[in-house]
Amino acid sequence: MSSSTDFEPKIIAFVCNWCTYAGADLTGTSRLKYATNVKIVRFPCTGRIDFLLLLKSFAQGADGVIVSGCHPNDCHYTSGNFHARRRWIAFRTVLDLMGVDIRRIQYSWVSAAEGSKWADLVNNTVADIRALGPYTEYQKVADYLEKEGFDEEA
Amino acid sequence: MSKIGVFICHCGENISATVDVERVAREIGGMEGVAHAIDYKYMCSDPGQTFIKEAVKKYGLDGVVVGACSPRMHEPTFRRACAEAGLNPYLCEMANLREHCSWVHEKSEETTEKAIDLVKMLVEKVKKDKPLESIKVPVTKRALVIGGGIAGIQASLDIANTGHKVILIEKDPSIGGHMSQLSETFPTLDCSQCILTPRMVEVAQHPNIKLYTYAELESLEGFIGNFKARIRLKAKSVNYSTCTGCGACIQKCPVKKIPSEFNAGLGTRTAIYVPFPQAVPNKPVIDRVNCNYYKRGACKICEKTCQVGSIEWDKEDEIITEEVGAVVLATGFDVKGADFFPEYGYGKFKDVLTGLQFERLASASGPTFGEIRRPSDGAIPKKIVFIACAGSRDPAKGIPYCSKICCMYTAKHAMLYQHKVHGGESTVFYMDIRAGGKNYEEFVRRAIEEDTVNYIRGRVARVYEKNGKLIVKGVDTLLGGQQVEIEADMVVLATAGVANCGSEQLAQKLHVSYDPYHFFAEAHPKLKPVETNTAGIFLAGACQAPKDIPETVGMASGAAVKVAALFSNDELVREPVVAVVNRLAPPLYSTCVGCFMCETACPYNAIEHEEIKGRDGSLIRTIARVNEGLCQGCGTCVAFCRSKSIDIQGYTNEQVYAEVMSLLND
Repeated sequence: MSSSTDFEPKIIAFVCNWCTYAGADLTGTSRLKYATNVKIVRFPCTGRIDFLLLLKSFAQGADGVIVSGCHPNDCHYTSGNFHARRRWIAFRTVLDLMGVDIRRIQYSWVSAAEGSKWADLVNNTVADIRALGPYTEYQKVADYLEKEGFDEEA
Repeated sequence: MSKIGVFICHCGENISATVDVERVAREIGGMEGVAHAIDYKYMCSDPGQTFIKEAVKKYGLDGVVVGACSPRMHEPTFRRACAEAGLNPYLCEMANLREHCSWVHEKSEETTEKAIDLVKMLVEKVKKDKPLESIKVPVTKRALVIGGGIAGIQASLDIANTGHKVILIEKDPSIGGHMSQLSETFPTLDCSQCILTPRMVEVAQHPNIKLYTYAELESLEGFIGNFKARIRLKAKSVNYSTCTGCGACIQKCPVKKIPSEFNAGLGTRTAIYVPFPQAVPNKPVIDRVNCNYYKRGACKICEKTCQVGSIEWDKEDEIITEEVGAVVLATGFDVKGADFFPEYGYGKFKDVLTGLQFERLASASGPTFGEIRRPSDGAIPKKIVFIACAGSRDPAKGIPYCSKICCMYTAKHAMLYQHKVHGGESTVFYMDIRAGGKNYEEFVRRAIEEDTVNYIRGRVARVYEKNGKLIVKGVDTLLGGQQVEIEADMVVLATAGVANCGSEQLAQKLHVSYDPYHFFAEAHPKLKPVETNTAGIFLAGACQAPKDIPETVGMASGAAVKVAALFSNDELVREPVVAVVNRLAPPLYSTCVGCFMCETACPYNAIEHEEIKGRDGSLIRTIARVNEGLCQGCGTCVAFCRSKSIDIQGYTNEQVYAEVMSLLND
């Protein structure tokens, strides 16, 4: 296992198009620098984000996941971010019970005007995940299930 | 196997300076399913787009990925290019190599690798893309303008003059806004009311404009071309169809000591009032908070005075619904006042005023009829100090931005004072003089040179009182930071321009973005300054950022043109990013179980019940169906669906899984 200093975490960010994606665009326009570990997947709204996707990411070898959308009341679609928040609150306990390391899920709100907040969020998440080390437990389980024929098609 | 074309843009040097674009194109070229991959200096330019079009035809591409700037910037450009070459535009996707990669990372191996990953993600997504048809929706050719200041007035008139109907709502009893409060305007010293009031009258008389004063937006539903606005008409307590505007009630009203909002608190008004003599409409409303009848249940003097019986005590707020196709936000700004400047003694010393209060003193329609007199004792001030940047450009006050208009209006104030009070002495403390604008710098020079206004570069630490005089203690940075103390009879603060209180709530009602200072955010700082991120909603004037009158008027006309352009279409084309319930033929085999979780999740009531019937007409089961006219494509239903039967076009489960997998399967 690699030591934590040269470990480069793989982090996926699931963000909404209207606030956080635009906020991350502003980070670029403002030329603020952040770590290269995070790659963004664009969604119309955080309400669209299925938690199975987060699990799939971990199963495929992600070390951390960021979910970020509009601040409460600012949702482009009125209530999608509330649904996402409620889903996160409900699933957090379930995931924890299932043995998923929920410290690896960073849930945040970044508005279209918060370019610097996005840079900070990425840098802090990368530092946190780096401290936690690579996430292999979930992947091991997923690999085992697949070997035994318990993949999702079964 | 798919044949995907990948086009990597250098964006001049914006991308190529930190990302090895040639390597990106080379490595992506080797990916499975990629038929063609090139890099080019400016992909969005005409030759760049031609490369894409030619490649689509030459290689028979069935998907295109452009690695360039944010899709929020150029996605429509490249999709159009693909459509021109005969490829379904929704088979074209963009990888954000500029805002999300080259601009935020240093030049390094990792940066290039991230760029490769980002392009790979989109290549995998495009493989799962399906050709989509845009959705056509009708356009309601009527505009809603919110705010009746100069921005709203100009936008309304411009839209109305193109032949379209306009609904203008204003929260105060009269239109006119801040401009109606100003005395003279820089740099011409035109009387503000003389140029504004004719326009106010024009609005009231225009056959295409329906004006609602004392009205506020309650909610806005729908989407571009098809909004439904609920408007609260606050109870005026006066029947405007019978009221003649004679004003007898105002003269007889016994509640006379209410600080006048129009005079920025310097004068008083009655409980039944017209904000100012040139108000449009020139009919009164009753301020129910201060009226004796509403407070104590007795008085009704106005009712006795009124010859036509227009007073309506029991009138309640009314909510009306209007259908509109576009919205112009023109809600303007506010100025910081009151307790914001304890160090300058505002609120403690009567003769420390805000710029807006000084406007009222200098205005012929003001409480002193245009004579500069101290609010404390009515004396004419012999010495006056103006403090620029009161609050503005002060991160410690939470306002790091420049309020833009203060340098100019401070010069104007000093000039007006010198014209009105002969032999008076005026001093301006400033940080920098920002006089960018036609004839602006000349105007400030005139104040300094011809009107002998004393300009001191430096900030003021404190204003205090000593022997009945105000002492302004500041520093002169051009004299090496030497401390200066100036005795003054009056101090005027050029207080910061801030967003209107309530602008945040309004933004949330309209689903438009706002910046950290609660000004509404434009869609693009340079190329879309009047659009918001929400299609069909436009910005005019100081609700977007502080700006002066010419700029506001220009912006309002700009917004009006955008509205007129929108209304030139009978139908609009909408992106087909909508939810669909899978419908394998025959419909009986839809995996939808009819739990209708999607229905509870949907904020737009776009989920309908579809009954599936057998040959004999008996009901077999009920499944969900999406009304694509109502669906806005948020996808909340997709995450809710238990049987994965509903999906959202453009962001399907298959597509996002493909993106995630491509990132991790290296």
